[in-house]
Amino acid sequence: MGMFWKLNKLVPENNMLQNKANPTINKSTGLPRKRFYRARAHSNPLSDSHFPVPISPSHVDYSLHYPQLLPLANRTDTFNKIEFADIGCGFGGLLISLATLFPETLMIGMELRDKVTEYVKERILGLRVASPGQYQNASVVRTNSMKYIPNYFEKGQLSKMFFLFPDPHFKEKNHRRRVISPHLLDEYAYVLQVGGIIYTITDVEELGAWMKSCLQSHPMFEPLSEMELEADPVVKLLSSATEEGQKVARNGGQTFQAVFRRITPSS
Amino acid sequence: MEDSRIEECEHDNSNTQEDAQVEESEQNNKDMEVAPALISVHPTQNSVAVAVGSDLRVFDLLDNCAVTLVDESGGASHNDSIRCIKYGTNGKLFVSAGDDKLVKVWSTDCWRCISTVISEKRVSAVAISNDGLHVCFADKFGVVWVVDLPGFDGTEAPLNKKAAPLLAHYCSIITSLEFSPDGRFIVSADRDFKIRVTVFPTKPLNGAHEIQSFCLGHTEFVSCLAFISAPDSPQGFLVSGGGDSTVRMWDIISGTLLDTCEVGAKVELIESDATEANCLTITDICTIPDCNLIAVAIQSLRGIMLLTCDLPSRTLSVTKVVSITGENFVPTSLGSSISGGLLWMVTGASKLRGSDISSLSRVKAVSGFNKSSPGAPEQEPVVLIDTEIPGGAKLLEKLQGSMSIDEKVFLAAADAVKTAMCNLLIKKQYTDEKREFRKRTRNDKKNTQ
Repeated sequence: MGMFWKLNKLVPENNMLQNKANPTINKSTGLPRKRFYRARAHSNPLSDSHFPVPISPSHVDYSLHYPQLLPLANRTDTFNKIEFADIGCGFGGLLISLATLFPETLMIGMELRDKVTEYVKERILGLRVASPGQYQNASVVRTNSMKYIPNYFEKGQLSKMFFLFPDPHFKEKNHRRRVISPHLLDEYAYVLQVGGIIYTITDVEELGAWMKSCLQSHPMFEPLSEMELEADPVVKLLSSATEEGQKVARNGGQTFQAVFRRITPSS
Repeated sequence: MEDSRIEECEHDNSNTQEDAQVEESEQNNKDMEVAPALISVHPTQNSVAVAVGSDLRVFDLLDNCAVTLVDESGGASHNDSIRCIKYGTNGKLFVSAGDDKLVKVWSTDCWRCISTVISEKRVSAVAISNDGLHVCFADKFGVVWVVDLPGFDGTEAPLNKKAAPLLAHYCSIITSLEFSPDGRFIVSADRDFKIRVTVFPTKPLNGAHEIQSFCLGHTEFVSCLAFISAPDSPQGFLVSGGGDSTVRMWDIISGTLLDTCEVGAKVELIESDATEANCLTITDICTIPDCNLIAVAIQSLRGIMLLTCDLPSRTLSVTKVVSITGENFVPTSLGSSISGGLLWMVTGASKLRGSDISSLSRVKAVSGFNKSSPGAPEQEPVVLIDTEIPGGAKLLEKLQGSMSIDEKVFLAAADAVKTAMCNLLIKKQYTDEKREFRKRTRNDKKNTQ
C-alpha cells in the first residue's frame, strides 16, 4: 500500500503514469502492460510475507483506496463501507467489470502476489484517469486473505465475496491451504451479512466438488436456487470477466461454480 | 499445474518442510524447547498443580500430602514438556498437554488419568468447558480440537478418544484458550495478534462455526487471556496480555476494545535492568476473584503488577507493583482459586541449555487482596514467606522438587523462557537481501516442459 497510494492527486508530475521512460505503462491507454507484471501462478499462503496489515477494520484507510469518494481520513461511522471483496483478484478483471455494474458500491480486490497487486493498482488508476468519475469505487490491496480478512472487514459488512479460480492445491496434504475450507468458511460467514452471497468458480472438477461440499456442509450457507442464479447478473461474470475464465473458455474447458447465500444458523 | 513448495514456515510441523534451513532453525529449536514452569490452582484450593518440563506435580491441600498420579500408561505420564495445564471450573477435572502430543484428562478426586487424547501436533493451549463435558485443546498449527467426556465417576478405564476439529485460526499458533464465565463462548488467542470469540455450540463435535466477534487491537502476539466476572454481564469481561507489553480489556459480544493498559512502559520506570525495552511480553495474567484485581506477570519484572478493573467505567489502571525481594523471582505462571484469596506464582523452566538441573521451579504466594465488597478490611498485598504458604514445607518440597535452589539458575531460567517465547511467537523480520537469499536457496524443483 504505502507510498504509492499517497499520490492520490493525479497531476502530470505523477511519475507512475506520465513518465515517458517507464515502459511498464502503455503510453496511449495509460494502462499497465501485463508482461511487466508477470508472476508465478502460485504464492505460498503460509509464509509470513512482508506487507502491512491494519490492526482492525477501523484502521483501514478508505481515503487511500477511494480518494475521490471518501477524501477524509476521519469520517463518521455512517459512511459507505466496502461491500464486495474479490479474494485472489488476480489481474483485476472481475473488479473492473463489477465497478461499472455497481457504481454505488465500494469494492476491493485482495491479492497475495506483489507484482500482480501492482498491476491491478496501475490498471485502476489508469482507468480512473481515462474514464473520469468511474472506477473510483474499486481498489486493491496486497494481503493474505486467509489470515487477515477479519482485519479488513467488520462483522456482516460484506454483501458479496468472490473466489474465482482459486489455487487447487492438488495434494491432499495441501488441502488445508485451500482458500475455501470448512474452517475458513466460518470467517467468511462472519464478514458476510445475512443474505450476503459467496461466489466460487473453478475449472478443476475436484476442487469444484470440494468447494461445493464445504459450503453444503457449513450450517451458515445455503445454495441459491436455479432461478436466483439466472436472475443474478453477477453470475455470468464469473466465467467471462477474468483472464483466467477467458483462458478456460478459449481452451473449451468446463467450469464448476458454487454460489451460496449466508443464512442464520438454525440452532 | 505444479504445486509450490513451502518457502519458510516456522510453525509448520509436517516432515517434508523441516529439511530446509536446518542450521538456522536448529539453533532456534533448542531455544524453543525450553519450557516455562506452569502453575494452576483448584477452584476451591483443594490442590495446587505445577508442571515443569514433563513432570506434573500435584499437592493435595485438603489432606496435606503430595499426590501420586495414577496413569495406566505406566512410567512418567508425559514424555515431553507440558505446555498447558488447567483445572475445570467445577473442580472435578484437570487437564495437561504439551510437546508429547498427548492431552491427559485427570479426575481431581483420585488423580487418575481418565482419558488420553492423541493430538496430531504439539499442543499449545487447553480448556475445559464449565459443565465439565468437553475438553478443548489447541495445536501449534492453529486448530482447536474438542473431545467429549461422558459423565463419569472416576472409576472407569481411561478412554482414548479421538478429537474433532472445533475451529481454526489459519496457520497461527494458538497461545491461549478460555471459556467465558457463562460457558456461552470459547475464546482463542493467537500469534497473529488476534483474539476470536466463538459461540460454543450445544453439539461441539460438529464444529463451532458461529464467530461472535474478533477482538483486534494488540500489535503483537497475544500471550494470555483471563475473564473478569461482572454482576451485570454473564459473559464477563475479557482481559488479554500480549507481546506488545499491554493488557487490554474487551467486550466479547461486540469485540470492542474497552481499555488498554501500557504495562510495559510502567515496568521500565521501575526496573532499571530491563534491557530490552521492546520485548517485555506479558507472560501471564490471572484474575483475583471478588477483588476486581488482575495480577500480571511481565518479563523482567521480579514480582507482579496489580491492575484494578473499574467495572462501571470499564477501564483498567495500574494499582500497585508487588515486588519480590530477597530472591530473583520472575514469575513464569500465575494461578488463583475462586475462594482462596491467594495469588500463587511459580518460576522455573526445563531443558535449560548448559544447566545440570533438568527442571527446576520455585513456588510463592501473595495474600492480602482487598475484596471489593463494602465493609471488607483494608489490606496490603504481601508476599508470603515459605512457612506461611498453605501446605508449607511439604507443598514446596513436592512442587519445587527441592526446598532451595541456587538463585542464579532462576535468572537464567527466566531469560531462557523469554528468549524461547520471542523466538516462537515474534515473526522474523528479514531484510530484503536476506529474503531474496532465502528464496534463492529454497528447494524448488521446477518441471521444465
